[in-house]
Amino acid sequence: MGGVMKGWLRSDGRKGIRNVVVVAYLVECAHHVAREIVLPYRNKDVHLIGFPGCYFNEYAQEMMRKLTTHPNIGAVLLVSLGCEGFDKYGLESHIAASGRPVQTLVIQGEGGTRKTIELGRSLVEEMRMETDKQTPIPMTPAELVVGTICGGSDGASGITANPAVGKAFDQLVANGAACIFEETGELIGCEEHMAARAATPALAEEIVKCVEKAAKYYSVLGQGSFAPGNAEGGLTTQEEKSMGAYAKSGASKIVGLIKPGMQPPTGGLYLLDVVPDGDVRFGFPNISDNAEITEMIASGCHVIIFTTGRGSVVGSAISPVIKVSTNSQMYNRMMDDMDVNAGTILDGT
Amino acid sequence: MTETNLDHRLLLLCDDDNVVVARTRLGQGTDVLIDGSRYIINRDVLPGFKIARTEISPGQKILKYGAPIGSASQEITPGARVHTDNMKSDYIAIHTNESDESHVI
Repeated sequence: MGGVMKGWLRSDGRKGIRNVVVVAYLVECAHHVAREIVLPYRNKDVHLIGFPGCYFNEYAQEMMRKLTTHPNIGAVLLVSLGCEGFDKYGLESHIAASGRPVQTLVIQGEGGTRKTIELGRSLVEEMRMETDKQTPIPMTPAELVVGTICGGSDGASGITANPAVGKAFDQLVANGAACIFEETGELIGCEEHMAARAATPALAEEIVKCVEKAAKYYSVLGQGSFAPGNAEGGLTTQEEKSMGAYAKSGASKIVGLIKPGMQPPTGGLYLLDVVPDGDVRFGFPNISDNAEITEMIASGCHVIIFTTGRGSVVGSAISPVIKVSTNSQMYNRMMDDMDVNAGTILDGT
Repeated sequence: MTETNLDHRLLLLCDDDNVVVARTRLGQGTDVLIDGSRYIINRDVLPGFKIARTEISPGQKILKYGAPIGSASQEITPGARVHTDNMKSDYIAIHTNESDESHVI
């Protein structure tokens, strides 16, 4: 891996592989206006993110702080209705302190839907012009943070795409990159294998506890992280799916356990603990693949490698999601959505 | 096990395993070579699905990747498909949509 990549340097020293202008709504009531602002720029690296809740929520505030100052982001437009609980000016000053251009539009103050959309588009136009003038500089693999996830897994996942991602992770880690794997609920049954790969005995203990927490969560909720489509793809049990999912982590030492939004402090392989601490309160921890991708991006992932057997079409704002197909049948059917066909491993071609 | 003892349409992931994996679609009635013996596939099998390599008794662990992935819920004969109808998780039950079975692609 040579220094052929380029990235945009940010004030915290990190580099982005994209220079996205992000428009963020701060309550569901502002979603429509924010979506309309973004509409004419859909192929011009202007992305839409947001938080729907009306009441103040520390988790959401923290996620939005991390996402809006992600290295792939060059400028931010915040869209508020006005009466919601989100600390918009706290977020605005956090973004401004990172050196990024930032503006906040309050729909109730700007005079309503149409006026805010119009004003928002002109601000996005200015931000896009400003960010387009910035020049990327050389970037090395050691400056990358890469996440992986699987969705719509099948009987080929653990044989083709997942071990292939594991090999890629081993190479990235050897070159100094930080790599993140997650979904502790899909690592049930693999905890002792993972503990044996932990850099320290203390971390080994934390990893086992973290998977036990996930197992407890799922048993209270009455089912594992297993969708009907997994069985249609040849997977029969949670532990079989886990064995396959685990293969994405490769063979490197595990150097740390992080929480969503926490950045890996060094290069190396990290496990992301996506299950909340404490009593079972919030429903399924991995309610959707999108939520987990968002958490990995909040932890600084520049890119997400997504393996799929049934054919997931999930993508994301901020960081590109690379799709790796586990089988050639689905790859041929859904080629427009897939980036890599690992099904050739099973075909032997 | 040497290559010639196993059908090229099947994949053995670990020597300890009692299942092999279909690399391609195998129709009901297809005869396949497993450990040097010929067996008849008992029902249509899609790529990535498991096929028994040995006699497996109820309660016996199913081994794939050299690791237990659940237990047999009934007697399984070599060449039979191994799935939700004849094995179960040792951890947590799964939810399937039986009505989707006929729409599988």
